Amino acid sequence: MPERTATIASRSGLHARPAALFAEAAGESPVEVTIARVGEPAEEALDAASILSLMTLGAAKGDVVVLRAEGDGADAALDSLVALLETDLDAE
Amino acid sequence: MQNFQGVGVSPGRIIGTIRQMPRPVSEPPSGERLAANTTAEDAVAGLKTAARAVHDELKARAERASGDGKAVLEATALMAKDPMLLKAAGKLINAGTSAERATWEAGASVAEMLHNLGGYMAERATDVLDVRARIVAELRGVPAPGIPSSETPFILVAEDLAPADTATLDPAVVLALVTSGGGPQSHTAIIARSLGLPAVVAAHGVDSVVDGTEVYVDGAAGSITVGPTVEQRAAALAWVENAATLAVFDGNGTTADGHLVPLLANVGGAKDAVAAAALGAQGVGLFRTEFCFLERDTEPTVEEQTAAYKAVFDAFPGKKVVLRTLDAGADKPLPFLTDATEPNPALGVRGYRTDFTTPGVLERQLEAIALAAAGSEADVWVMAPMISTAAEAARFAQLCAAAGIKTPGVMVEVPSAALTAATVLAEVGFASLGTNDLTQYAMAADRQLGPLAELNTPWQPAVLRLVQLTVAGSAEEGSSKPVGVCGEAAADPALAVVLAGLGVSTLSMTARSLAAVGTVLKTVTLEQAQDLARLALSAPSATEARDWVRAKLPILEELGL
Repeated sequence: MPERTATIASRSGLHARPAALFAEAAGESPVEVTIARVGEPAEEALDAASILSLMTLGAAKGDVVVLRAEGDGADAALDSLVALLETDLDAE
Repeated sequence: MQNFQGVGVSPGRIIGTIRQMPRPVSEPPSGERLAANTTAEDAVAGLKTAARAVHDELKARAERASGDGKAVLEATALMAKDPMLLKAAGKLINAGTSAERATWEAGASVAEMLHNLGGYMAERATDVLDVRARIVAELRGVPAPGIPSSETPFILVAEDLAPADTATLDPAVVLALVTSGGGPQSHTAIIARSLGLPAVVAAHGVDSVVDGTEVYVDGAAGSITVGPTVEQRAAALAWVENAATLAVFDGNGTTADGHLVPLLANVGGAKDAVAAAALGAQGVGLFRTEFCFLERDTEPTVEEQTAAYKAVFDAFPGKKVVLRTLDAGADKPLPFLTDATEPNPALGVRGYRTDFTTPGVLERQLEAIALAAAGSEADVWVMAPMISTAAEAARFAQLCAAAGIKTPGVMVEVPSAALTAATVLAEVGFASLGTNDLTQYAMAADRQLGPLAELNTPWQPAVLRLVQLTVAGSAEEGSSKPVGVCGEAAADPALAVVLAGLGVSTLSMTARSLAAVGTVLKTVTLEQAQDLARLALSAPSATEARDWVRAKLPILEELGL
């Protein structure tokens, strides 16, 4: 299964506005994307399109997460989501 | 012509059309099952449609909003169609639960999970519960809860408003507040006065008036008229002019013959303090420190507190700022101080009493106050809420002295403190009467209850007598220690005159009321104020006390106050 790691760049972590922007983007991708902290088992990964799941994940700036997806367009979707996580969305 | 009579709590004469605030969404009964003719698939699809509609409505509101409000609405909109929430509800529906009940339970477990995470997440739990209520309302086909969203100004009619409703109340769109429940001390009254909106509470029957009806509201007389008369239209026009003069206070509280009664402001934080200073307040008579920390689950650090207090002090360099230590409990719970399970919270561990059960918080707060005071030019006085005995006053004064605070004082809210004012005042430097709670305790009437509105007014002769006894206690103590008033009573221009006549030294109120109180106070001499105080004390009821005093102050009717 294609997967990528990403380091959270937003100052406030994956909360509030960054979480909303990321969940919205994940919801719009053609494949289902999951998110987990690095090192956690894949079966415990959360739905990346769920803002509530992202909030319970509680990822702070500098934390490393793993994104996973399968199917047509998975690689492209993961690449764009990684880019989003590695942008400081609070600065915009 | 149809009339409704309630209690006027914030002056103003205005004409507008009404909008009823939808009733809160009731909990779907536990164990509610899918209707016999509905399949689980249909119910899940219906839930998705409802969730989508709620999402779109919130998203549209987010687009019209700006700043922090926009970000919160955007995040809340996403919660409405959140896969985790909908999956959890879908599981329950597939097990035979109704869509409404499934949404309710799924929302509750998500909210609990967020709450347990604490901090920022815990604050978002309320948003999940709001979304849940909106989806259930959509499923039932009833209006969404909360203040109606509208582009055209309207008069808001509700059963009562909660502190949380203030956040979504836009004073540019809401012309006046009218409630069928609540009392003169309810949150609706406090919100209306702080926003300067005309308001009437406890107007029974007004909740049956249909949306879009044109009414005349007189926030001083407490009346609502369906189908305004020609005279009322003229009065509403005249009010617009009066309101302009009543918006400016010259910063000098005095009677006609020069007896000074400084008019101070009640504030909840730096934003209020800056606004109050701009409105001419002669200082702060009540800084409600708990308002800086109402959404906190944990005790704020000394550094955070110091910064919050200093920001208020800095708005009043060289002037008096009276700070009240954390007044948690009853209607203002702070999770780190209060026990939410008390059977009778108004008589429970609240105010100063939280120091009995959670020692240390008060000392750390006093430390922060002293630090903030040292770094500012304000004249800082500090008082404890809910003091009942001279021994408590003495202990509070010791804690203040240990922290390096020069002017300790007490709130007089419990009748026992008023009755023993001489011995209480012997221990501290000043007293401030909190008339809202003093009325609630003297009359044994919960201030939030509409049916008790008639008991719950500071015009009650018994309450006025307690004010008189407190002033007399200060005289008996002998070193002319100031006795001020910082409850809502001070914001009523007629009552303010009576309080000045009773010998109260300062009046503290919501900053919006300063100009009206100052204007009326200037029309009477100290002797006239004393006569009016005697008149009010001699009345057999609150209604007569108020009517008798108002009859002697014709300027009130003239200005629409």
